[in-house]
Amino acid sequence: MWDYNPKVMEYFLHPKNAGEIENPDGVGEEGSLACGDALKLTFKLDKNGRIANAKFKTFGCASAIASASIMTEMVKGLTIEEAEKITNKDIVDKLGGLPEQKMHCSVMGMGALRVAIANYRSGKGQPQKKIEGKIVCTCFGVTDREIERVIIENELDTVEQVTNYCKAGGGCGSCRGEIQQIIERIRGKKTKKDEVQTKPKKLTNLQKIQLIQRTIGEQIRPLLKADGGDIDLVDVEGSKVIVAFRGMCSRCPTAEFTLKDVIEARLREFVSSDIVVEEQSE
Amino acid sequence: MAKVIYFDNNATTRVADEVLEAMLPFLKDLYGNPSSMHTFGGQVEKYIRRSREQIAILIGCDSSEIIFTSGGTESDNAAIKGVLAALPEKRKIITTRVEHPAVLATCRQMQAAGYRLVELGVDRDGQIDLEELESEVDDDTAIVTIMYANNETGVIFPIDKIAEIVRAKGAVFHTDAVQAVGKLALNLDKSNIDLLSLSGHKLHAPKGIGVLYVKKGTRISPFIIGGHQEKSRRAGTENIAGIVALGEAAELAAKTIDRENTKVKKLRDKLEDSILETCRGAMLNGGKINRLPNTANISFEFIEGEAILLSLDQFGICASSGSACTSGSLEPSHVMRAMGVPFTAAHGSVRFSLSRYNTEQEVDFVIEKMPQIVSRLRELSPFVK
Repeated sequence: MWDYNPKVMEYFLHPKNAGEIENPDGVGEEGSLACGDALKLTFKLDKNGRIANAKFKTFGCASAIASASIMTEMVKGLTIEEAEKITNKDIVDKLGGLPEQKMHCSVMGMGALRVAIANYRSGKGQPQKKIEGKIVCTCFGVTDREIERVIIENELDTVEQVTNYCKAGGGCGSCRGEIQQIIERIRGKKTKKDEVQTKPKKLTNLQKIQLIQRTIGEQIRPLLKADGGDIDLVDVEGSKVIVAFRGMCSRCPTAEFTLKDVIEARLREFVSSDIVVEEQSE
Repeated sequence: MAKVIYFDNNATTRVADEVLEAMLPFLKDLYGNPSSMHTFGGQVEKYIRRSREQIAILIGCDSSEIIFTSGGTESDNAAIKGVLAALPEKRKIITTRVEHPAVLATCRQMQAAGYRLVELGVDRDGQIDLEELESEVDDDTAIVTIMYANNETGVIFPIDKIAEIVRAKGAVFHTDAVQAVGKLALNLDKSNIDLLSLSGHKLHAPKGIGVLYVKKGTRISPFIIGGHQEKSRRAGTENIAGIVALGEAAELAAKTIDRENTKVKKLRDKLEDSILETCRGAMLNGGKINRLPNTANISFEFIEGEAILLSLDQFGICASSGSACTSGSLEPSHVMRAMGVPFTAAHGSVRFSLSRYNTEQEVDFVIEKMPQIVSRLRELSPFVK
């Protein structure tokens, strides 16, 4: 069970500013049904350009509801420029803390606020969600810009933390390597790669088969499974690796492409540069 | 502590008073080791024997076919890994996408070690396709492992038919029956089930005790070694208090099993029918017919499971959910996804699981509270128009 503090529970059970403002000056939506949480934020300005009223609607867990509710309180009375400076960390602090794995709820609050502000600036009325940057995590639709932002604002060091804060890497897991690279780029740290070890000089047949198996299990299968497919290692004859596709892959017209482009490339990288991959003939 | 309405019996159950009574002497005076040469220790042996017989009666087998373990998870691990170790020439495993993680993670670990793994999909009712199963079982298949009843939905698989198919093809069949034992009548002597896992704390015994049933003649290597206990099939000094408790719980279950399909089922049906009728956006998950009598899995569209559970918790009502948020993972339950429950509903699934200790007043209380909880969260949801 989650260890929510009394303040989080209070804002969950008796949320303030729930609802939707009619004819708002800014609308921001973040998250989706598929992701398991979503937030719609609306606000209205007074004649001095300060946020007079803000309301939220949340589909999500207790911390998502509490984060959204407290944020609507925080922005009231602020100018757009002031509101823009609110980070997910401010929301968490105001709530008196959230469980580590729930940090993404506060990030969703911040995200909706920024989208709402962008919406106000680009001309009010219609909700919009603009994708900035390149999608890194396809499972949850998280971009490199979003990942960079949570790393910088929350001083994150590990992929696991990034997943807790913005969900990236929490689905099939195939983007974890890329997230690690972003962390290294930003934090300037050389953390040890915990991938398959660099290849030893000379492999015995047994070692080679084990390494091929491990590479398939850790590097290749998660990619195929994300698309509903799977792969079996059938046999190894010298440098020839024979595999069989299953699930969606077995009917996939681009399987041939996957074979060369992904599987062979990975095996060459991690096992031996002379590896050739073939599909088992029926 | 405030009043608790416990509708989470598929997670764990209360220890029955009779069971606690039976096990206490072994935590106090009768602490001897049954392997000892002295009378003080040796006298304990007969209580283990008695428990074995009590369990054998409940599941319809010979007492020599029962191996005590630490619980369902160990039994599942021991069954799968034990069979693969005993049949090194066979390289294929067949299971389903809706198994408990104790089975699924074990199978996937073996896949990573080079075994071929087939995970059978399920239809919207949560059932597998028997023809697909039949076509997948081949000479290379070491073990087929399919649960008796699903823990999340209560959906019961046609295990006798499945066991027959697997037997005809010469593979070993294991079933995780953790949710079925005590709720459904079993007769293993008359079935083709080779291995069966059961867990004490799902049938009013304490946590930390379980059984792996091994049909006579089944080839299996021991999973935990380093002692002669359980005829060297499971090493480690016996958990005597747990074993005695499980025996007592099994005897109680044998006496009360009829009530599961009368009293418990009636309460479940009342709860389920009323919630489906009074709560907006409510729908049942899993086929209605072939189902455990105590389980109801209901999705509430456009609202989220954790928020529902915490709201129920305010009234002392205990249930569980397949939502992503409750598990600490980011995706909804693998069972909901395998059944193709849409995202609009998968995140809002709630499981109520009853036991013979629940009352009609408790059901009425939940029926009264549920609609207001659902409508409050729906008002907060941006997806409800």
